[in-house]
Amino acid sequence: MLVGPALLGLAFLVLPLAGLLVRAPWATLPARLAEPQVLEALRLSLLSATVATAGCLLLGVPLAWLLARVEFPGRRLVRALVTVPLVLPPVVGGVALLLVLGRRGLVGEWLAATFGVTLPFTTAGVIVAEAFVAMPFLVISVEGALRGADQRYEEAAATLGASRWTVFRRVTLPMIMPGVIAGAVLCWARALGEFGATITFAGNFPGTTRTMPLAVYLALETEPEAAIVLSLVLLAVSVVILASLRDRWVSTP
Amino acid sequence: MSLHARLVVTRPAFALDLALEVAAGEVVALLGPNGAGKTTALRALAGLTAMSPGGRITLDGHDLHHLPADRRPIGVVFQDYLLFPHLSALDNVAFGPRCQGVPKAEARRAAAALLDRVGLAGHAAARPGRLSGGQAQRVALARALAVRPRLLLLDEPLAALDAHTRLEIRSGLRHHLAGFNGATVLVTHDPLDAMVLADRLVVIEHGAVVQQGTPGEVARHPRTDYVARLVGLNLYRGTARGVGVQVGELLLSTSERLTGPAFVAFPPAAVALYRSRPDGSPRNLWPARVGGVERHGDHVRVHLDGPISAFADITPAALADLDLTPGREVWASVKATETHAYPA
Repeated sequence: MLVGPALLGLAFLVLPLAGLLVRAPWATLPARLAEPQVLEALRLSLLSATVATAGCLLLGVPLAWLLARVEFPGRRLVRALVTVPLVLPPVVGGVALLLVLGRRGLVGEWLAATFGVTLPFTTAGVIVAEAFVAMPFLVISVEGALRGADQRYEEAAATLGASRWTVFRRVTLPMIMPGVIAGAVLCWARALGEFGATITFAGNFPGTTRTMPLAVYLALETEPEAAIVLSLVLLAVSVVILASLRDRWVSTP
Repeated sequence: MSLHARLVVTRPAFALDLALEVAAGEVVALLGPNGAGKTTALRALAGLTAMSPGGRITLDGHDLHHLPADRRPIGVVFQDYLLFPHLSALDNVAFGPRCQGVPKAEARRAAAALLDRVGLAGHAAARPGRLSGGQAQRVALARALAVRPRLLLLDEPLAALDAHTRLEIRSGLRHHLAGFNGATVLVTHDPLDAMVLADRLVVIEHGAVVQQGTPGEVARHPRTDYVARLVGLNLYRGTARGVGVQVGELLLSTSERLTGPAFVAFPPAAVALYRSRPDGSPRNLWPARVGGVERHGDHVRVHLDGPISAFADITPAALADLDLTPGREVWASVKATETHAYPA
């Protein structure tokens, strides 16, 4: 009774990926990969996902620390808010970002007037959209690591004269590093695959905002073979991430 | 006096309120059963547990109670040592001095000297995970001493060690504590650790001091059932009337002459047991019922119920001769010269 649906479920998950491999134009693959548009999209994707992850680390680790270590009223509400982008349809996230950071947005107008910075339809906009969608993955992972870490080590560091910052830098952070790395990798993978918020907030301009997922979608309508090649690249990246997570970080928290 | 403290921690189901004075160079052991508040007292001294109103800590004339843990001149050896797993033994010991702003090279030199002093010069590069329990304990001690504390706090410093290592580490620890010139407070539930390591015992029950004194005084004159059990004595509280102490219905003859509220104590080995009432005995004699029998080292400890409950230690041979099974009625006796009475 259980094995049948289980096998069906497995086939459902694996078959599409197998189809991708079967239909891939292996003969023309090297040439297709070397096309300027492909390389451009790949470069843009890797760059924006990496910068977005760096930004998430810079803001998300302290946020996770706040949620895990500081008692304040409304902490549960804040934690719930942090996870909203996780369940929010990315397109909605893109619309929300436009309303706040767009040229006429609440913060965007001020940014444009004060610093002359406009985010929508720029590479910076891509990074902001990706970070918005991906940061919850990092925060949740790091917060979990912080909760799992033995706080008595932090107390021991305090009795040795370490300030809150020193405790965090020299004791907490090294001890939760596996969680931070796992969170960063998940965050990066999510940013790399981001589509909805990116196309809504940053548009689809080759060279500046057309990342791999956008290029895949576009290519599917004009030349499906190119879409398959681009998809294969993303699939390869995903598999590498999964393998690295399993072997090095997930199994030894 | 180096340390003057009144430790007050009030929680919904628990209240700690005890006064503690420790001279420079003195080692005081907080001794008590689980849940008595020993560790809470230590954490309050360290600044890891907030004190309730009324609590105060003064060390060498300076108030500590308003300072956070990282600003107090303390060193703490934690029960599980809590050595930082990602740092070598040397960097664990150098951690405190580094936090105090000592340059890295100098901090490491000082740490190496301390590790040498505790006999671990060869393990400086080892991660804590590769150290034995006894070695980790010594690294923890070196780490606590590295910050040159004025108050050294040890939480069950030997509890995590096996019996053999414990013996060796206990004497080593005693040596290092003797060389420390600040005040030392150590928490333990093991009377032997307390007796060997401490100059003075402070016995805590239910968050309050029930007895304090030198190990010898406490061992000879227990004032609560907990302390009496720790030092292996039968203890009763009653009213002294000259040559005897009235304990409930029983008048126990003693060698001391006292009047008023008094304690009587005698060791379990001083209790003799008989199947029938012995004749013409000048001893303290009472009928008892065997409550239980257990092996206790190379002898047998018999739990007695009756007008007073008591422990009697007898040989396995005597146990067989007397055929003591739970519920059996026996006569118990103790010579007056084996009892010890003192004012309550």
